[in-house]
Amino acid sequence: MSEPVIKCEAVYKIFGENAKKMLQESNGNVDAKTFQENGCIVGVNNASFEVSKGEMLVVMGLSGSGKSTLLRCISRLTDATGGKIFIEGQDLLQLNNKELIELRRNKMGMVFQSFALLPHKTVVENIAFPLQIKGIKTEDSISKAMDMVKLVGLDGRENYFPRELSGGQQQRVGIARSLAVEPDIWFLDEPFSALDPLIRKEMQDEFLRLQDKLQKTIMFITHDFDEALKLADRIAIMKDGIIEQLDTPANIVLKPATEYVRKFTEEVPREKVLLIEDVMDPSTTENLGDLKVLKNEIIENVAEKILTQEKSVAVIDNNNKIVGSINPTKIINTVFGGRKNNN
Amino acid sequence: MEFIKKYPKLFQWLFLLIAFFALCFAIDVPETYKFIRVQAEFVKDPNQSSYVFLGKEVRYYAFDVFWRLPPLLGWLPIWINDSLFFLMNEWMPMEFWDEDIKEFKTRPLLLQVSRNLTFFMTFLIELIREILIGGKNTIVTFTSWDWISENPWAKLPGLPWTIVAAGAVILGYNLSGKGLALFAGLVMVYISIFGQWKPSMQTLSFILVAAPLSFIFGLGLGIAAFKSKRIEKALYPILLVMQTMPQYAVLVPAMVLFGVGDHSAVIITMVVAIPPMILLTLLGLRAIPPEVIEAGKMSGCNNWQLMLKVLIPTARRDILIGVNQVIMVCFSMAVISAFIAAKGLGYNLLLALNRLDIGMALEAGLCISLIAILLDKMSLAWANKQIDYFGNLTFFQKNKNILFFAATVIIGIVLAYVGTFLFKGSYNYLFEVPHNKGISTADFWNKGVDWIFDTFFVYIKAFNTWLIQDVLQPMRALYLRMPAVATIVLVVGAGYLIGGIRSALVVCGLTLFIALSPWWDRALVTTYMATFGVIVSCIIGFTVGTLCFQNKHSASFMLGVCDIFQTFPSFVYLIPVMMLFGITDTSVLIAVIVYATIPATRYTIEGLRSVPAGLHDAATMSGVNKFQRLTKIEFPLAFPHMMLGLNQTIVFALFMVIIGAFIGTEDLGQYILKALSDKQGAGKGLTLGICVAFIGLIFDNLIRTWVEKRKKHLGIN
Repeated sequence: MSEPVIKCEAVYKIFGENAKKMLQESNGNVDAKTFQENGCIVGVNNASFEVSKGEMLVVMGLSGSGKSTLLRCISRLTDATGGKIFIEGQDLLQLNNKELIELRRNKMGMVFQSFALLPHKTVVENIAFPLQIKGIKTEDSISKAMDMVKLVGLDGRENYFPRELSGGQQQRVGIARSLAVEPDIWFLDEPFSALDPLIRKEMQDEFLRLQDKLQKTIMFITHDFDEALKLADRIAIMKDGIIEQLDTPANIVLKPATEYVRKFTEEVPREKVLLIEDVMDPSTTENLGDLKVLKNEIIENVAEKILTQEKSVAVIDNNNKIVGSINPTKIINTVFGGRKNNN
Repeated sequence: MEFIKKYPKLFQWLFLLIAFFALCFAIDVPETYKFIRVQAEFVKDPNQSSYVFLGKEVRYYAFDVFWRLPPLLGWLPIWINDSLFFLMNEWMPMEFWDEDIKEFKTRPLLLQVSRNLTFFMTFLIELIREILIGGKNTIVTFTSWDWISENPWAKLPGLPWTIVAAGAVILGYNLSGKGLALFAGLVMVYISIFGQWKPSMQTLSFILVAAPLSFIFGLGLGIAAFKSKRIEKALYPILLVMQTMPQYAVLVPAMVLFGVGDHSAVIITMVVAIPPMILLTLLGLRAIPPEVIEAGKMSGCNNWQLMLKVLIPTARRDILIGVNQVIMVCFSMAVISAFIAAKGLGYNLLLALNRLDIGMALEAGLCISLIAILLDKMSLAWANKQIDYFGNLTFFQKNKNILFFAATVIIGIVLAYVGTFLFKGSYNYLFEVPHNKGISTADFWNKGVDWIFDTFFVYIKAFNTWLIQDVLQPMRALYLRMPAVATIVLVVGAGYLIGGIRSALVVCGLTLFIALSPWWDRALVTTYMATFGVIVSCIIGFTVGTLCFQNKHSASFMLGVCDIFQTFPSFVYLIPVMMLFGITDTSVLIAVIVYATIPATRYTIEGLRSVPAGLHDAATMSGVNKFQRLTKIEFPLAFPHMMLGLNQTIVFALFMVIIGAFIGTEDLGQYILKALSDKQGAGKGLTLGICVAFIGLIFDNLIRTWVEKRKKHLGIN
């Protein structure tokens, strides 16, 4: 794989007057309690990870876990206290103001939880705003913005003011605005948290459709574990500024690294999250029944078929080659077993 | 003991009151004490004591220190005067080119700055004034008087009133529609046919200079304060004092620095109007959600773009309320600055009031109020106006306002020209209705006043006598009977009980400043008048507000009434009361009460409205009746907001008490007015103004601290 698009090395964000000095003295060993006693609050604690091109990293955590702070460090809306952040190999913290503005104008887009639309501009003006800031002519920016309006399905409402739109529509505007400059990196800060459950689901599907088409590099913040499972290529779970676990959804469900992560996974319907390949037995490839299932099917979709079989079922890859097997007991164990053990 | 434990606060307050009264009774009035003392400035009395500080002799009547503190700050006004004089006449002399005498001249820096400012302001005012009513001064600025006398044709002709009126109608229509257009038309026609055109345009030109300048500076400073904590910290105390500083008090120092006239008035108006603009800009910028700012940054805005395209438009609403405030202050100052010879309606109003010509005063006052309401409505309409970018407009639709205006200009000029034939030998009424040559209702009003006096004289007199003899005099005597120490103990104690040691120290400092100034007695009189006004205003405002709140429509109606009353320049309130009660303390107090009732009513209604609907429903479901709901739910929750209303009421009352000095009172205001005609008045005026401001700030501090605590306690943000 080529160079990662986003790369964080031991990023710290500590709020407070002596934050920098204290961080240096602590030698990277940051303890939230001692910092708090000295009037500092730890936002992000030693975050290191990479996001590669076209990948969607979802950062999940409850409020106050530092996930939004982490995002703001990477978009440099706030300066990290320590560590290094690279955007496409560029050292973000070394950029001067002008370079930073250039980077934001061309490479980054961001969507906000409260939509953050400009109240005095119409839908199309809001979307054209980043283009106009770049200095693009009014006509060009408006026509580009109209394309975006169509992309997010708001045709016919381009002259509305934000206050005249519903929450879901407003967030569509926010999404369109963040995409207007065709950024490579897309930051989404709890974009759907302020929406009703039904609208939220609709927007998630819409979002997946867009991502399918656009293939951006994404950092997505959420406090909703189900949302994270649904959208993510990889999930980072944060608590008190520390990344507790960073892994694929399946691994997080199957092998929670800490007690904290395990609590989240307890109530998760595994059959909806896990793929056949996550639970199959790769060693046994003989003495199988006639039924064959694809390895990247979600369990739920094939569970019924498998459960009616007496023998183990063959698991094949896309080239119709058998790569493992799965028996009905395994399915039952996966779906119901894990939970019981944990109680 | 049980009781004390249950209500510790109550016990503390009781203790404070006991201490206060004990002090009051323990300290006797010194035999030599008289309120109206021979003024130290004029007569050197052998009974006086004196001390010398910074080379200045301060003479005063000494009393027991418990009774009245010695005026240890007596040197301050003199010192301010001397410093001002030094700055103006001696500090940093430099060579300046003098255009009039064509040679270099040595002049102190500040004097030159003042001269340049004066020149600039005068030019701006004259320019607008002469566009509106014609004149030569603007052309003189670019040429010379000699040139003018050689070319007698050279002068700005001025616009016929018909054009200005039509312009106002078109502007009104463009901003908000038919209603405002009609109102604008009526106001302009009224002004014209009642012969107030010239003074009105003079006032308008003054405001058209003062308001935009105040706006620009206020906005700029507000942004600076938003950007830099240090600037905000530096500005904050000034803003605080300026909010409670009576406008009179600023007149005197400005007069020393800039002389008398319109330019000086504009500068003073800016001094008074900028602080609220700064505060509201700051408030608006603070209220912007951080995510909007982040969205702007992520869109790639640089600092300028962020400020101009994101922050200011988003904070638009508060900023425009600021504009509104600026306009109101400008009108208020348009009258008050007549004291330093600013031309216009204010000058006529003052003149008429001086002559007790109530009719004329009423007409001038009405004109000011009408223009004020008109500009107020226009600025609000401008605030709420939306621009349509996408409508497919034809050339005519896009430019129809300009086209219309151009047409009216032509028609107006033709009409005015026709007028020269129509009104041969008399005034050209189609060009301008001269002052006092229009319709006048002054006689009617004057006769009305006479009739009221003739008919109700006995009752008014009786009421007057009763109020003064049985209420006001005893109250005043009580206030003056307080020994200084007792007052300080009471105020500082209250500060401690409400806000702890910090509040106590602040309040103590403010009180000590007044106590150590030479005007403690006068300050007591000011406080007594304000107290009386505030108490009555609060009772009225509270009752009216509560009653109006019972019905949605009456509440909205009342708020509308408050809005309109607030647009009247404060001086206008003196007219009707002088009509009824002549030149007495009663007049002043009634003006105070009317003026101060506005915020009391407004905040009562707003406070009651702010009670969440959910609580309303919860109370109803608990089975309360209307009265119980009011006393158990609404009042306790609305009380903090109502207390902020009390705060405003006090500020309004203080303002009016000071303005009331024009009618004749014996308080700080009287001295401020005196300082206006005093060569050495600058220091005195400023110090007196600070004294008044500090009275306001003492209450402000106590009330605000209490409200914040209470709100925290109730869990209202």
